[in-house]
Amino acid sequence: MTTAQQTPRTPLADGPATLLVAEREISTQLRSKAFIISLAVMVVFVIGGILATSFFSSDDDAAEPVATVALSGQADALDSAGFEPQPAGTMDEAEELLRDGQVEAIITSDNASPTGVRVIGLNTEPSGIADMLAVAPTTEVLDPDNAEGPLRAIVAMGFGLVFMVVALGSGMMIVQNTIQEKQNRIVELLLAAISARALLAGKILGNSALALGQAVVLAAAASVGLMLSGQQEVLNMLTVPMLWFVVFFIPGFVLVAAMFAASASLVSRQEDSGTVITPAMMLVMAPYFVVVFFFDNTLAMTIASYVPFSAPVAMPLRMFFNESMWFEPLLSLAILAVTTVLIMRLAAGIYSRSLLRTGQPVSLRTALSRAE
Amino acid sequence: MLELQNICRSFSGREVLHDVSFSATRGQLTGFVGGNGAGKTTTMRIIMGVLAASSGTITLDSAPLSSPARSRFGYMPSERGLYPKMKIGEQITYLARLHGYSKGQAAVRAEGLLERLGLTGRINDPLEALSMGNQQRVQVAAALVHEPDVLILDEPFSGLDPLAVDEVVSVLNEQASAGAVVLFSSHQLDVVERLCDDLIIIGDGRVLAAGEREELRTRHGTLRYELGTGSDAGWVRQHPGVEVDDFSAHRVIFRAETDAAQQVLTEALRRGEVTNFTPLLPDLSEIFREFTTDAYNSESPDTHVKELQR
Repeated sequence: MTTAQQTPRTPLADGPATLLVAEREISTQLRSKAFIISLAVMVVFVIGGILATSFFSSDDDAAEPVATVALSGQADALDSAGFEPQPAGTMDEAEELLRDGQVEAIITSDNASPTGVRVIGLNTEPSGIADMLAVAPTTEVLDPDNAEGPLRAIVAMGFGLVFMVVALGSGMMIVQNTIQEKQNRIVELLLAAISARALLAGKILGNSALALGQAVVLAAAASVGLMLSGQQEVLNMLTVPMLWFVVFFIPGFVLVAAMFAASASLVSRQEDSGTVITPAMMLVMAPYFVVVFFFDNTLAMTIASYVPFSAPVAMPLRMFFNESMWFEPLLSLAILAVTTVLIMRLAAGIYSRSLLRTGQPVSLRTALSRAE
Repeated sequence: MLELQNICRSFSGREVLHDVSFSATRGQLTGFVGGNGAGKTTTMRIIMGVLAASSGTITLDSAPLSSPARSRFGYMPSERGLYPKMKIGEQITYLARLHGYSKGQAAVRAEGLLERLGLTGRINDPLEALSMGNQQRVQVAAALVHEPDVLILDEPFSGLDPLAVDEVVSVLNEQASAGAVVLFSSHQLDVVERLCDDLIIIGDGRVLAAGEREELRTRHGTLRYELGTGSDAGWVRQHPGVEVDDFSAHRVIFRAETDAAQQVLTEALRRGEVTNFTPLLPDLSEIFREFTTDAYNSESPDTHVKELQR
């Protein structure tokens, strides 16, 4: 050949082989336009969503334009109550402003009223304006959890969605990749060089790194969104749970990835993938539905935070609302890690046994049997 | 030397390889010939360790095959496969790195091989952008990327034009003369005949014949003779023990046992001038046909099923 026979190279050990496979998975993905575009779309959705929500909800803060008639001395008080007073000379003039839609209401003095003021609306009773004029006592809630209802739902959905979207997206990549390698028989070349275990490990490592990267990008996007819309306190509250979410995400996703790879290795054509990956898909979507349906059911959330599949979403959520003892995340993490190791072993067995079987889908029993 | 001893393999209870034994020597090309479903691919997959044998042993240089030894095997699977969307230079580099080359070495090696196989200028193209023939060359490069000690090539020439066949052949010859075992299967008997020093004919999961090409040609098939005479050779037809295949005025091709052939020669010399007398060795396709016909004649009802399931 081009060079003289070199000293015989030792074949790549599992460690470096894993890294090399992971490197290929990552670089292939990063160069794929579909991947970049879908990530960009998600980032835009997250930032845009947060900005839009805060924009529409803070709309009420804008000063209400009102016309004032013969309201001497009280105009300053109106300013501080959140109005934009437009003094009108006569009642007729004020009525014209109201009919034109330039003001929301007319405020005029009325000695017959107990407050000394009368508020006139166009076609509905101006109760909103009246409320703003009202003197209200300071309010307080004894059980603050109830007050967090909407925020709780939003955060629950957020964690659940991010986990589901990222895990499904990367999981499907693993499925496609595995089947492609099997379909093209490139797997026979790969296995001539490295072990099936290293191939599986590299695939999981590479895709987990990608998934984690996506999760971090989305979390950063959420933080940027919150900062831009001035919701600094929410951001502060979220930081620690988000970090925990990332910590849980790693074993959680590895678990998912192992399941997807093992499932995909059972078939040799993309068309056959549907049935075999359904169980894995269900398990990935489960945490989302659990937290969306049961986010304010403490018992259900406690259970969910220990079940390996829903723990990555449920546990950080419970921590966000300070419902967990200090050891709980660690315990749940340990359960998750042990499950992940067990599933990975099982997956490695299935993967190595079925990778070279082509043609008809391999039954799970065959893949798990010791024979051959 | 790569040696297979009594390799058996069954698929769901049906035996597709029966006691397959043969050897392939270093330094020469060994051809592996057989009909569809004869067991070529299965045998090669077993050699590669992609498939396990039910029983039997494989040795390389008299030592049982270990996985480090196998990692120095180069393989071209029957169904071609590389990453369709990956640039060919990167794919070969990747495979070289998996075999333990450093990143730099691997890139140099990939480039060299692809250029050698006539793919200069296509290195940055994705595989799917190449023609079938060129994809095949990339596949050959993938098998050669780690300077293999043993090359197992399943139908390396199918789909190649004569020029490409020559390129691939010269690369394979280089490998062989560097001391590698080169075993390849093919349907193109003319190519096999031209290239191989050693030959293995397999049919219905059994080795039907194995050995040196010339030896096989003399041992099998029917021996024919060509006789050129100065005068009309029509009399040969009447000679006992002779069957004439082809006849023109001064030239006759006939089949006969050695004794009868000698008698014909003596008779021809008696009758006048003999311009030539040559034994004609059967060509490979004839031997192949002979074997496969035998195999088909003794075909059991489930042979068809076997073929379908191959």
